[in-house]
Amino acid sequence: MEKSASKQPPPTTTAEKYRNNFLREVEDNVEEGEWVKMCIQCGVCSGSCPLGSAWEHPPQELFMMIRAGQREQVLRSDSMWMCTSCYNCIVRCPRQLPITHIMHGLANYAHRLGIAPAQNPTRRFAKIFWDNIAHSGRVNELLLSIKLYFMNGFGEGIRMAYHMAGMGFAMFKTGRLDPFGLFMHKGIDNAKELQTMLTKAREIEDRRRGLGLGVAVKAD
Amino acid sequence: MTEPKLGAYICKGCGISERLNCDQLAQVASSEGKAAVVRQHPFLCSAAGVEMIRSDMAGQGINQVVIAACSRRAKTEAFAFDTVTTSRANLREGVIWIRPDHEDNQETTQEMAADYVRMACAEVQQMRQPGGNTETGVNKQILVVGGGISGLTAALESAAAGYHVLLVEKSAALGGWASKLYRSIPTREPYADPQDTGVELLIHRVQTDPQITVYLNSYCNRTSGAPGQFSIDISTESGATHTVNAGAIIQASGFTRYDASQLPELGYGQSPDIIDQAELERLASAAGTEGSIVRPSDQAEVKAVVFVQCAGQRSNQPGHLPYCSGFCCNAAIKQAMYFKDNNPSVDTVILYTDLRTPGNGEDFYRSAQRKGITFSKGKVTSVVPGKQGAEVFFDDLILDTQTSIQADLVVLATGQIANAGIDVEHVTSAEEPTDKTAISVLNLSYRQGPDVPQLKHGFADSHFICFPYETRRTGIYACGPVRRPMDMAQARIDATGAALKAIQAVENAVLGRAAHPRSGDLSFPSFRKEGCTQCKRCTVECPFGAIDEDENRYPLFNESRCRRCGTCMGACPVRVISFQNYSVDTVGQQIKHVEIPDEMDEKPRILILACENDAYPALDMAAHNRLSYSAWVRVIPVRCLGSVNTIWITDALNSGYDGIMLLGCKKGDNYQCHFVKGSEVAHDRMSKISDTLEQLQLEKERVAIHEVEITDIQRLPALINDYADVIEKIGMNPFKGF
Ligand code: SF4
Ligand code: SF4
Ligand code: SF4
Repeated sequence: MEKSASKQPPPTTTAEKYRNNFLREVEDNVEEGEWVKMCIQCGVCSGSCPLGSAWEHPPQELFMMIRAGQREQVLRSDSMWMCTSCYNCIVRCPRQLPITHIMHGLANYAHRLGIAPAQNPTRRFAKIFWDNIAHSGRVNELLLSIKLYFMNGFGEGIRMAYHMAGMGFAMFKTGRLDPFGLFMHKGIDNAKELQTMLTKAREIEDRRRGLGLGVAVKAD
Repeated sequence: MTEPKLGAYICKGCGISERLNCDQLAQVASSEGKAAVVRQHPFLCSAAGVEMIRSDMAGQGINQVVIAACSRRAKTEAFAFDTVTTSRANLREGVIWIRPDHEDNQETTQEMAADYVRMACAEVQQMRQPGGNTETGVNKQILVVGGGISGLTAALESAAAGYHVLLVEKSAALGGWASKLYRSIPTREPYADPQDTGVELLIHRVQTDPQITVYLNSYCNRTSGAPGQFSIDISTESGATHTVNAGAIIQASGFTRYDASQLPELGYGQSPDIIDQAELERLASAAGTEGSIVRPSDQAEVKAVVFVQCAGQRSNQPGHLPYCSGFCCNAAIKQAMYFKDNNPSVDTVILYTDLRTPGNGEDFYRSAQRKGITFSKGKVTSVVPGKQGAEVFFDDLILDTQTSIQADLVVLATGQIANAGIDVEHVTSAEEPTDKTAISVLNLSYRQGPDVPQLKHGFADSHFICFPYETRRTGIYACGPVRRPMDMAQARIDATGAALKAIQAVENAVLGRAAHPRSGDLSFPSFRKEGCTQCKRCTVECPFGAIDEDENRYPLFNESRCRRCGTCMGACPVRVISFQNYSVDTVGQQIKHVEIPDEMDEKPRILILACENDAYPALDMAAHNRLSYSAWVRVIPVRCLGSVNTIWITDALNSGYDGIMLLGCKKGDNYQCHFVKGSEVAHDRMSKISDTLEQLQLEKERVAIHEVEITDIQRLPALINDYADVIEKIGMNPFKGF
């Protein structure tokens, strides 16, 4: 198993507790992070989340942890990776916090800092998916499935592939899965241009984030 | 005095004639009711119907009118005859609407109606036309006690309405607490930032108003009299005394701040860096708009401040305040902004258990969040002073941890304690001796004590919702934090309300009329000295301190202080107290004139004495909803359950009623009784009636008393029907026919 997952986050020192430092860092670096301070701790988001009970720290708690200055506990947590973008919380939050976006923003920030839990399946799938689509501009379903199934080793991959065979066949029949995708995959016409656009976007994004507290952002 | 001549008028409209035999009712009115003139009309409340009555008054000399139609609460304008006495037989809401339209019921329904006609005829013969209190005072000045926000506002509002105001302030300056604040909670859009208190302007306006006379360094040394005729000795520090007169008094004596040294666990008094909100105002004023707030221990700029909410409040610990003072959450938000607005990098944390932001505080709260003030739901367990600053230990109730924060300055949200004077109803006991430190505010010369009575937690008694400014001393109105904890914005609204009530009081007093809740009533209690045994029950039970004692120890009625509830009348064991139009006889004769069927008829009779403020309207509304209740009941409205004299109960039982139900308002600390104590004393009296029942060898179920609310529209008919079942079960009163 991954070493970093078992590593205990260092405790927050008294001097950092309930100070605005981490809140400001979040505001500067996390998408929609400036909303965190507006939470009134009503708990509606946590109660509305269909997976809420499975989170170690549901959204309300994450927001309070940020305000309490618990930087490591928040950023190393796998809680915000649990968000499935159902938008239940956003619809219900009395303070109109864009909670879903903040969850993804936090996850993304932790990932950029390189302290997100490495084995988190959501993170790994996201990475596989991104690489897959960014490469040709169109998802290669076969490659994506294979990479996903074999993410946790060969034996597991075979088992998953076997388990999902019915679905794969159905997708193939409806033309949703190219059986030769492993050898040749038809991307978009001008994948090169897409790459240029993505590089440019990344540049702009990094420059914007660079305006933050000077936190080192690790490119992935 | 002209000969009494009774006219009975029976309405046939609203379905009455379809359900009832009106000719029989007319027969009852003339033969049993002794009506000289009896008429039926298809639509009595119409102009033609009313004209018919008026022409009888003019032509036939009718001076007692019985309207047998709808409830006395309906068509009051049509049937308002101020030169004659009027009684109403409630055939619509009281009979046809609450009885199912079925031929099986016809007989009992008709009997009900006939009884109500008999009762109304009997009542009106006992009534006299009230002439108004002649012991009136004519002084319309308004005395305001207290020169804080509430007092200043009350003075200005009264003056603006054209009344001369005397303002008494015990300190050397006007302004009260407000003048000690750096800024106040915003009262205007967008409710985002602290704003100027505005108290300077108020003071200026008061000082320059020709209608307002201000007495500084002064207090009320003696207050006597009644609405329209108060006399107040104002003593000044220099020793001089001015005797002034006023028609009404507004008590705006405000609050004292809770003594935070009773909170050693929160470190108060152990470090200059642990302060209460009032002290922070001083620091903020010292810093002004230019400088930063510094901590008292070493004058270093405060970089981290923690606000501890509910310090010694909302707690049942001895010495703590059990209530929420209501202003301190908004005040903490405001004070945190003092820091943030000056320097956004200061860390400001508000530790609360429930954040309560009345008024437009929700917007203010939002603004504070935008400014980066940290709110944390946490219960503070201790504050430990350091060399500088302090460490605040608390249970974070969201993160479920015991934790702490380091702060340069800790601000405790302590509460308000009412300056309501001496608790005149406090019964001293060994565990709870009287508060020796309490100072009287009014020094009333009333027999009932020097100050207005208190309700809970030392606040002046006034009904929180229905009559917030009425104290239990007529003509004296409490406003501001003396009657409940509040902030400045609320105090200003409160003061305006109290000013309005004071104005109504003087205007009613001058005309010899009652104040709230029988505002405008011209009747007043009179008392037959010859019969009085000097038992003092009336003096003690009057909820409003209207009865003093004369030099011969007889009760001395102050008609102008009286609210006309009749509690004294209910109290009097020898029945010497009465009103012109409401007396032991007006009700007693109604009770006597109900026809009590023979035991063999198996038709029980249940007397209901219903408070006319809530119970009777609820019965009317039940009728509007066409709910039904037993045909055995006969309802008599009473001014207040407190006015029920036990003679009515014993007479009713002796004359063969099978059960008696008393319906009054809620009593106790959360009372709804319009006369505050009336329902309570009635319950008290009824608890003693069991002896009488025993003497008569009657079951205790024969007398029942209930607290009801005006909304008990469904409950009330059910209550009555259940009671009718009980009575049918225990059987007929053996006294029938005697
Ligand atoms: S619903 Fe909104 S305000 Fe309530 S706890 Fe969640 S984020 Fe905070
Ligand atoms: S206003 Fe706030 S701090 Fe004050 S007592 Fe109420 S809840 Fe506590
Ligand atoms: S008990 Fe009621 S009616 Fe009697 S004096 Fe007092 S206020 Fe007046």
